[in-house]
Amino acid sequence: MSDEKPLLKIRDLRTYFYTYKGVVKALEGVNLRIGTNELLGLVGETGCGKTVTGLSILRLIDPPGKIIGGEIVFGGEDLLKLRENEMSERIRGKKISMVFQEPRSSLNPTYTVGSQISEAIRLHQRVDKREATRRAVSILRQTGMPDPERIAGEYPHELSGGMAQRAMIAMALSCDPELLIADEPTSSLDVTIEAQILELIKDLITKFRTSVLLITHDLGIVAETCDKVAVMYAGNVIEYGDVRDIFKRHRHPYTEGLLNAVPKLKMSGELYTIKGTVPNLITPPTGCRFHPRCPEARKECSEFKPSDVEVEPGHSVSCFLYKG
Amino acid sequence: MIRPLMEVKGLKKYFPVKGGVFQRVKGFVRAVDDVDLEIKRREVFGLVGESGCGKTTLGRACLRLTEPTSGEIIFEDVNISNLNLSDMQKMRLNVQMVFQDPFSSLDPRKMVKDIVGEGLVIHGLAKGSELKERVLQNLERVGLKKEHLYRYAHEFSGGQRQRIGVARALVLNPKFIVLDEPTSALDVSVQAKILNLLLKLQKELGLTYMFISHNLSVIEYMSDRIAVMYVGKIVETGTKLELFENPLHPYTRALFSAIPIPDPDLKREKIILKGDVPSPLNPPPGCRFHPRCPYAEEFCEREEPELIDVKAGHKVACHLIK
Repeated sequence: MSDEKPLLKIRDLRTYFYTYKGVVKALEGVNLRIGTNELLGLVGETGCGKTVTGLSILRLIDPPGKIIGGEIVFGGEDLLKLRENEMSERIRGKKISMVFQEPRSSLNPTYTVGSQISEAIRLHQRVDKREATRRAVSILRQTGMPDPERIAGEYPHELSGGMAQRAMIAMALSCDPELLIADEPTSSLDVTIEAQILELIKDLITKFRTSVLLITHDLGIVAETCDKVAVMYAGNVIEYGDVRDIFKRHRHPYTEGLLNAVPKLKMSGELYTIKGTVPNLITPPTGCRFHPRCPEARKECSEFKPSDVEVEPGHSVSCFLYKG
Repeated sequence: MIRPLMEVKGLKKYFPVKGGVFQRVKGFVRAVDDVDLEIKRREVFGLVGESGCGKTTLGRACLRLTEPTSGEIIFEDVNISNLNLSDMQKMRLNVQMVFQDPFSSLDPRKMVKDIVGEGLVIHGLAKGSELKERVLQNLERVGLKKEHLYRYAHEFSGGQRQRIGVARALVLNPKFIVLDEPTSALDVSVQAKILNLLLKLQKELGLTYMFISHNLSVIEYMSDRIAVMYVGKIVETGTKLELFENPLHPYTRALFSAIPIPDPDLKREKIILKGDVPSPLNPPPGCRFHPRCPYAEEFCEREEPELIDVKAGHKVACHLIK
């Protein structure tokens, strides 16, 4: 663990969605930290709150959703206390930017790729149009785009999925952000293209000195690209640590179950399954939200919410099996 | 030698592309282009490849759900590629399919008992209490219960819907089931349950599967033999062991190395391919992989390699492997 100040620190973040069916408690006390030049993987199953965490950092939660508590400290200031115009002028797209799952639907189909990137540059930096275009081409080149001058003049529909994702990443990097949030950046891409994009994301840290929060449900991607991993379940980070801590010395029963459920090469016999299903977050289980499915659940698990315990330096677990 | 359950010879499926004022045919998408394969009784035959390579079209064409452009499909010694409609319908008792997306492959206006029982009704095999009995029996096989009979598809989770899809395929007691990415819309913990169920059913009922997926670890876990597809062609096929121990085609190697494996200690040489998957509308001449192949030579652009046997059932289509 880096003892120095983390780049981003989230404490007790709670985001709720007020739907007509009831209040969806999507995030219920998320704690997370991302160090400088670090690639943190945020992993979990559908609906566990990975994307909501990413969007909450940028305060992009739209009604009926609302961030109701906690703090997100970035570069010494709490993002939740900033005014909206400060957020959009200083933070969003400048210091923290985001790349989404479906590249072609997050680009504007009516503008060329180059003009969309230079728009982002001109919004945050005092440069003229020509200089912005020049920088747009140069950033496209740096993301490994073949023939960047031509691509800059093309529309999103003319690009393949992999190219469009490169363009999205180029746009996100255009203002030299300190943190890039990549939300499932490869799940709509083919495996061989996915490998290209992941290689690019790994390079970001050395080339651009950008930290990355990589949101994914693919444990393979996490194992191969991330330095640190946070495992989420039903709106909580239940285990956090070094990538080897999580894969080799994981402590939480859910992490254990999740890892064992993935088919591995050269295995035989039945796959491990976690009993039950993911809970409804309108009426989540009391205490530890995993307790109804947990093979190790005890009485206290249904009554109290476990707090984070550091089992090894830099490796924390939120489970009653481990007490300091 | 025991005859294979299904034999496919020279199967082609071209989709015409129309354009212009008169909707003239401008070209063809060669989704499946001259594919030969054999599927043995009681095996799980895995078909792997990237999106758009023609896996689904091949799976559907084997059952004539999409009419093949040309080629022969022989199922249990009967050439089904030119059966007429009524004979084909009888033959469909033996072959079923489970679709990829459990959210769009179940009729939202029907109750589970009607979705699962539809095949029995169409073929006139059961009615009344017997129909209900057989539907229930198949629901129980896939881990659903009596109370689920009168519910609609939207009331179920993704995993349960896929179970309904499997029950629908099983109800006619088929011999052969094409499973088209049955778990790609599901989370890993749900996927594990469905995969366990599918393997259990396959053993208990002596089924033969064609298992289509782009997820290599799932294919490896499920299959006995595997075929790798690239832009409408099978580039390599063999037993699971042979293919994973000794992949020969440069595409297979790159594909295998690109699959992320959940083990941070595993240090592998990643082969990162350049460029994009070509469009099947204008596949590259010669070997279709040559523009991305790190070993491509001049003759790869000219001649199309044939799928040749290198070692007992291990076949490769590459000029560089003799």
